[in-house]
Amino acid sequence: MSHWIITPVVLPAMMAAFIVLMLRHHPLLQRVFSLAGTVALLAIAAGLAVQAADGTIMLYQLGHWAAPFGIVVVADRLATLFVLLTALLGVFVLLYAIGSGWDRRGRHFHALFQFQLMGIMGAFLTGDAFNLFVFFEVLLIASYGLMIHSGGARRFRVGVQYVVYNLLGSTLFLFALGTIYAETGTLNMADLAERIAAMPDGQTAGIRVASVLLILVFAVKAAILPLHFWLPSAYATAPAPVAALFAIMTKVGAYSIIRFYTLVFPPELAATQGLFGTWLLPAALLTLALGMIGVLASRRLDRLVAFSVIGSMGMLMSSIALFTPEGIAAALYYAVHSTFATAALFLLVDIVRERRRSHGVDLSAATPIPGGALIAGMYFAAAIAMAGLPPLSGFVGKLMILQAAFADPLVWWVWAVILSSSLVAVVGFARAGSLIFWKSHAAAGETSSASDPDDSQGAHELHDPPLDPPVLPFVAIGGILAAMVAITVFAGPLHRHFAATSAQLFDPEPYITRVLGTPGRKIAYEGDEKAAHSDAPAASEEAH
Amino acid sequence: MELLLASAIGVMTATGLYLVFRLRTFPVIIGTSLLSYAVNVFLFASGRLVVNRPPVLSDDAAGYTDPLPQALVLTAIVISFGMTAVVVIIALSAYLSSDDDHVDDVPEGLAAAKREGEPEVRT
Repeated sequence: MSHWIITPVVLPAMMAAFIVLMLRHHPLLQRVFSLAGTVALLAIAAGLAVQAADGTIMLYQLGHWAAPFGIVVVADRLATLFVLLTALLGVFVLLYAIGSGWDRRGRHFHALFQFQLMGIMGAFLTGDAFNLFVFFEVLLIASYGLMIHSGGARRFRVGVQYVVYNLLGSTLFLFALGTIYAETGTLNMADLAERIAAMPDGQTAGIRVASVLLILVFAVKAAILPLHFWLPSAYATAPAPVAALFAIMTKVGAYSIIRFYTLVFPPELAATQGLFGTWLLPAALLTLALGMIGVLASRRLDRLVAFSVIGSMGMLMSSIALFTPEGIAAALYYAVHSTFATAALFLLVDIVRERRRSHGVDLSAATPIPGGALIAGMYFAAAIAMAGLPPLSGFVGKLMILQAAFADPLVWWVWAVILSSSLVAVVGFARAGSLIFWKSHAAAGETSSASDPDDSQGAHELHDPPLDPPVLPFVAIGGILAAMVAITVFAGPLHRHFAATSAQLFDPEPYITRVLGTPGRKIAYEGDEKAAHSDAPAASEEAH
Repeated sequence: MELLLASAIGVMTATGLYLVFRLRTFPVIIGTSLLSYAVNVFLFASGRLVVNRPPVLSDDAAGYTDPLPQALVLTAIVISFGMTAVVVIIALSAYLSSDDDHVDDVPEGLAAAKREGEPEVRT
């Protein structure tokens, strides 16, 4: 049994505690350790992904207790994919936070960042439904702190909405878990899969309720249509590196839907026929439409990007909602792509905001941005990817989703919404880009003389990136863009890998036997057989 | 007992939801606390209601109560307690910094017009 599987959770946890306890007054060391920890995390995640690539399902039993009673951490292709994605994003985001000085605008940025990583990693790796809840809470608590990092009236205000919304989500999650436990008597995902499949026909009412409650919880996280209200303000107001890291948080919701609704409530399960399957796809398509209309309607660049997140989640969910191997494979590719695209856009918004000073990110013509050519180029690339134009990864991902939708009865709806919403997104992004980067030249003459002496320099030297600002933010964004180019170039091999991942999901038998069949420590009760029927000893570990 | 417990959960959930919909921070926080009480009792009941039975193994026990929900409730209580503390602090900062305790969103234009002089979002 390899201990490496648990390190993506343990390493950030240790690092966060170490930073907050030992390095509280050493900002430079905080940066060094935080970055070192995240890079080490990336190396570990890459190692795990390579190990899982051939289809082995790695299992780690906490305290060596055997599965249905003890808690397990499971690393299969899907989990390691998301762990690797998170680690990669974490490195870029951290580089940006350090380069732009965001981490020093409030206290404990690095500790919270590490806790956030721990929660996300744990949510991807756990094999236990209640621990999924616990890790959701860990990542949420860290995100509350990060969300209001560096303060400000507006950020606190939006922070309250965000926290309250997520508290309600957590309550719903607990109701769902309570129902599941009352119906099945277990919370281990593999065990749940077996017991729910074996349930007699007449007694499935409770589990049907639980399955719908659970998908509502994940829909809150993934910002699907009627439950998306928390997202635009929260993402637009959060500090830029945090918003970029939040790009993976919506994916946690998507991941949980993929995991639960292929393993525990698989599409062919009789008990849940016609429950979520009927409305998830229309809801996802509406989310997509709404997100892209929001892109067109936004009057600020940060809200525009936040709505494009909703749109991309709609696109992702409409592929997941097909619940076919092809659909999930396409969704995985799109999830990777949209994480990078979202993160790059949020970081670019921050650079634009920084440099336009008085005008902030309002979509209005203002003085040109110093170093505008490079920023405009990066925005152009990221927007192309997000809107799904060739040649970048957004186009490839969209193509895969369109192709995967062929078999579905709603195929024409899917095609119509995806294609028309892409057009709307293109118009929205193009309008924003031209207002901020092109119209500024026309407006330069009149406004630069006005009030802001800091901006006047930009009017003369439009195409020279200023030498003094830090290079690191551009390295971070450039790295994310390079990752997008890489997943475009290697789309073929990646798609084969994602197809294998999704095949593994639709054949849950090895997962279940690996989790439940691996021997471990059993209950050692002096003497008799009475011990055998008790569910007891798992409880002691639950509290961690 | 079942009726009492079920109606307690129902009443707490209903009251909690009503308070959350008041959209001012104080009732909302009380409402989320009530909801978390409701869910804790609900979790507790998910292991079936048993009276006067031990949760741990012993030689002379006639039967057992399910200990797992108790552990789950413990975790849930700790988490909801911490969350309530966090939301109280954030809500307090929000109230003190903007002199307004509404939870719902202010339209973009209005918010911008309202605090013209203030530096926008960042410090």
